[in-house]
Amino acid sequence: MAHYQPPKQSKISQLVDVLVLLVLSIGALYLPVKLGLAGASVVHKTVENPTWESLGQNPVQAGQYEALGYTPESAADLITARFDYSFSWVSLAIMVIVVVGYFVMMLKLSETEYREVIAEKFGER
Amino acid sequence: MTDFDITSGERDGMGPHGTKVGLLRVLGPAHVWALGVGIVLVGEYMGWNFGVGKGGAYAALIACWFAGILYTCVAMIDSEVTSTVAAAGGQYTQAKHIVGPLMAFNVGLYLTFAYTMLEAANAITAGYLISEVARLTSGVTDLDQRPFIVLAILFLAWLNFRGVLATLTFNLVITAIAFVAIIILFLSTSGVLGTSMMKHADLMSGQASLPYGWIGVLAAMHFGLWYYLGIEGTTQAAEEVRSPARALPFGTLAGIMTLMTAATLTWYVCSGILPWEFLGDGVNGSVAPLFDTARLTGSGFLVFLLGVGTLFATLASANGCINDASRAWFAMGRDRYLPGWFGAVHPRYRTPYRSIIFLVPIALIFALGAPLDQVITFSILSGLLEYTFMPLNVILFRKKWPMGVIKRGYEHPFHPIPAITLLTLCAVTYFAVFLGYGTQLVAMIGFYIIVSLWFHFWRYRFVNRGAQFTMPWPRPAGY
Repeated sequence: MAHYQPPKQSKISQLVDVLVLLVLSIGALYLPVKLGLAGASVVHKTVENPTWESLGQNPVQAGQYEALGYTPESAADLITARFDYSFSWVSLAIMVIVVVGYFVMMLKLSETEYREVIAEKFGER
Repeated sequence: MTDFDITSGERDGMGPHGTKVGLLRVLGPAHVWALGVGIVLVGEYMGWNFGVGKGGAYAALIACWFAGILYTCVAMIDSEVTSTVAAAGGQYTQAKHIVGPLMAFNVGLYLTFAYTMLEAANAITAGYLISEVARLTSGVTDLDQRPFIVLAILFLAWLNFRGVLATLTFNLVITAIAFVAIIILFLSTSGVLGTSMMKHADLMSGQASLPYGWIGVLAAMHFGLWYYLGIEGTTQAAEEVRSPARALPFGTLAGIMTLMTAATLTWYVCSGILPWEFLGDGVNGSVAPLFDTARLTGSGFLVFLLGVGTLFATLASANGCINDASRAWFAMGRDRYLPGWFGAVHPRYRTPYRSIIFLVPIALIFALGAPLDQVITFSILSGLLEYTFMPLNVILFRKKWPMGVIKRGYEHPFHPIPAITLLTLCAVTYFAVFLGYGTQLVAMIGFYIIVSLWFHFWRYRFVNRGAQFTMPWPRPAGY
């Protein structure tokens, strides 16, 4: 295989490449946070006039909360918070397709590039 | 068999491309251990406890052990490949030689993001700890954490800029202190020395045992990774260790054993003293669980020791993360996967100084602007993608260069069982992440798909083809 000679990249073009990567990465990671789409959904059970008993705490658990400086009122939100693990099978299927599709695409494109690398390094068979 | 010895003196101080100014080979196995454990030990000081919130204390313990199996597979696979591909960039360089350029580009980004986000999480915890100490000692309740976050990141970046030996020697000392602090807390509270303070039976009775049932155990696997995330970073030092074939497997495998011990002890003392709802909420409840556990012992000495341990663990981890992320970024710059400007080595300190400086503002953006659990999730997701690559990598490595074809510093046993186990545990963890953080997972993979297309159709034109393959290996089988 003929030796591939990469083109020389101008300084401006290098800078643009770095900016593209930065915008894409910060955008992809930051947007879900800023749009409130990130993080697990939490539900709270409302307990009127909470006591340790009504919050389901035994004496030892209540004692530890008190040692940490909590009262039943201040600990109620912490204790009653529960994650909602319900999910749709369609969402799960989409996630599986996205993850598997990503790896398949990457392996296929990598293979094309890799064959070029080996052909140039070791010569054509 | 190709007899080239990666420990040969002729490569000392040389980059794998034969550049005259390479990274310095000054590190030993203890530094490799310190780099791996130093990055990860903070996972016992903060973050793992989100797993308690996801499924309860027992779920976090099960996740801890299954994640331990996952990382044992990672360490075994990584030790074999790295003891053969001893070059800066770690898994990035492995992917370049074994799978292909696009995979390598993606792996380089996984590494950079996993470590930069972990660095941001460390800085957040250091800021929290300082504000908590101010509250406990002088009653100041509204101390601004941001200056401490900025200072921690800038100080460690400066240390990394100045040289790798000083950086990792600093890590060795502070990691050892943080590890000993966990042991002392365990000995002091478990009944080995004095009376036991453990209340597992009462704190984990009734609904507190498995509050979400078995789906909570699966969900806890998401944060189970946090106990060990980053141990694979030992490979980043490959070009700077004196004897990579010996030091890398030894340092990595000793590191994973240290961490499994520390993780189990941490779970035991924290879940035996702190109520699970408080322990499991790392934002509004226990941000630094070992420190909070020490507070409940009533011992001023333990509070001081675990406060110092938490601070040291966060600093050691952030320090190692800057080291690793900058090596991955540097290696990609050197190969022109990124602008070549990043591939420069400082003429005096022999460090990848431009990469170190460039990543500082990115760490700051996330440390100052995103909640801890989400910064941790970004790091875990990048790690998870990297662990999915590893089994594919080792299967292709064994296929393209079967045993006996090239000299391996370490050969991992029972192949392909560790690879299959790792892939299965990764699949379970994807599901765990999906339970609550699916949007971030899809957004992140969407990002990787877009940058992969950008790399393949644009950036790759600036990369030399054959020159990327720098290992003195024979032609791979099947090519």
